[in-house]
Amino acid sequence: MLTRREALLGSVLTAAAVATVGAMPAVASAKDVAGLPREKVTMVPPPFVHAHDQVAKGGPKVVEFIMTIEEKPVVIDADGTQLNAMTYNGSIPGPLMVVHEGDYLELTLVNPDTSTLAHNIDFHAATGALGGGELTLVNPGEQVTLRFKATRSGTFVYHCAPGGAMIPWHVVSGMSGAVMVLPRDGLKDDKGRPVRYDRIYYVGENDFYIPRDEQGQFKKYESAGDNYEETMRVMRGLIPTHVVFNGKAGSLTGDNAMKAKVGETILIVHSQANRDTRPHLIGGHGDFVWEQGKFANPPAKDLETWFIRGGSAGAALYTFLQPGIYAYVNHNLIEAVELGATAHFTVEGNWDDDLMMQVEPPKAIAS
Amino acid sequence: MSFDPVFTFGTIAAATLISMGIAHTFGESPLKFSQPVAVSELVVLGPGSFEHPQAGEFLKENHPVAAPVVQTSIDAPLEIMKYQVSVSEYGRCVADGACKPADARNVGHLPVTGVSYLDAEAYARWFSARTGGTWRLPTDVEWAYAASERFRGDIEGGESDPNNPARRWLTQYRLEASLGRKPDPEPRAQGSFGTNSKGLADIAGNVWEWTSTCYSHATIDIDGKRTASSIDNCGVHVVEGFHRTYMSNFIRDGKSGGCAVGTPPDNLGFRLVRDQPSLVQVALRRLGFS
Repeated sequence: MLTRREALLGSVLTAAAVATVGAMPAVASAKDVAGLPREKVTMVPPPFVHAHDQVAKGGPKVVEFIMTIEEKPVVIDADGTQLNAMTYNGSIPGPLMVVHEGDYLELTLVNPDTSTLAHNIDFHAATGALGGGELTLVNPGEQVTLRFKATRSGTFVYHCAPGGAMIPWHVVSGMSGAVMVLPRDGLKDDKGRPVRYDRIYYVGENDFYIPRDEQGQFKKYESAGDNYEETMRVMRGLIPTHVVFNGKAGSLTGDNAMKAKVGETILIVHSQANRDTRPHLIGGHGDFVWEQGKFANPPAKDLETWFIRGGSAGAALYTFLQPGIYAYVNHNLIEAVELGATAHFTVEGNWDDDLMMQVEPPKAIAS
Repeated sequence: MSFDPVFTFGTIAAATLISMGIAHTFGESPLKFSQPVAVSELVVLGPGSFEHPQAGEFLKENHPVAAPVVQTSIDAPLEIMKYQVSVSEYGRCVADGACKPADARNVGHLPVTGVSYLDAEAYARWFSARTGGTWRLPTDVEWAYAASERFRGDIEGGESDPNNPARRWLTQYRLEASLGRKPDPEPRAQGSFGTNSKGLADIAGNVWEWTSTCYSHATIDIDGKRTASSIDNCGVHVVEGFHRTYMSNFIRDGKSGGCAVGTPPDNLGFRLVRDQPSLVQVALRRLGFS
């Protein structure tokens, strides 16, 4: 059992190591950065994304974000199963942060004193110091500010990585999100022609490993620390009990289904910090898909299903051609239907008989 | 199983409520049973007629339409269980080896859940043999009659726009979302959802109920009144509750058994109706045939 005290002791040791790293001479010309314009971003919870320009206006700038860590119980399915969640900014996944290539992303990470554990953040978009993990470990009651230069365009995962077994445990407790670094001149298709999106949705996929009691019922724990040992045993089996979008089975359905109109182009950013997945839009396609999420590579065209490697984020651009209900799933259909990885789009507009029509409805077989 | 005095007293109390006593049944039963069986409290509904939106999917001029609402009548008095079959009642069928254990392992005076259509049928057969009555699942019409003001029927997208089938899908999807029903998976004690105007308990609570009505595709006349043709699929039956849905016979957990989009049933259970035996049946039974 991990107590708050032990967690703190563990983090003090790591903090000492961090101090050593921090004492090294700075190589970056902080002075140059100091002269750059700054922009404060107000983030919004997924699947929505904060307002941003698709094509950068002006030169590089420092884009400021503040995220507060929240440890809290959350319900992850219709049965009321509880996860002792660890979250960036209160949501699973954490919010999508959008900047442009050449910008500086500056994050202030706050770990309030109501937390029981130390946390940090590893940006796959960043270079050095374990993605910033070494420079961002914050105990309850601390905050830290990290700045990194967005040198590569694309969609990138971020996640908590406080060392050893804490890393996977924090990640499968909800601590992951994504950064999107747009090319300064925006996205381009396979021929290098500019493409734009009318709407963007960020779908973070999580695998959860909730222990069960002798009767097979999911167990509830007072705090995150209480579940550590038993959760770790389930994790080692590598079979998740839940695979969900946006932190909860069904969280992007019904009133919360994602919306679009026929003729609109959407960009779906999909991240999975821990485990491979294969998004598929039932009844639609990926017109242009950056499967690995990196915009310097030309997008693949006309995909039916795309593969997101565990520990990465990808992006798919699609223009809706037909109205109706679309299911957006992890096309391991067992994970989609039984474990929770299903979202919906409701799409308004006119039906195109040329693309599809029911020539004859079901009737008795003609003899 | 050990003898349970509490249960036995309960049996006697319940038995006084019905016309056919247990002792009477016992001597004639060809099966050997471990212990007496309770006969559930019944509600007897007089004959009547009502407007009923039919179960199934309906086409008119090759386009989906809302289920036709038909003036329907119940002719004979309908004897239906006041409560859904309970965990302990179902457990006795399991103890006799005539029913498979339910998926949900609850105890006591909760409705049995985690049971399929096939389980409900097995229970009805066993219960009939044990009590000497003729017990069966209600039809969709009978259930609706008994459910009365708590009957909702399908969550209905209305008539399809021939030029845009997606409108109906979107309407249906939004309607279902707007009902705002939150998942409510934990079965509660019998009676927790109150009684309806006809005295039945727990109608449209968090346990949906199997009926004996098969899923069907029907084509209706231009006037929308009569079914011109239909094809039944009796591998799928109508399930009634907060809303009407359709489930494969072997499904025990509604959450994974249907409703590809929208709200699935929280739980699957059932209650039975009793048919008054015909004179021939009574005669055969007295001669020792079942």
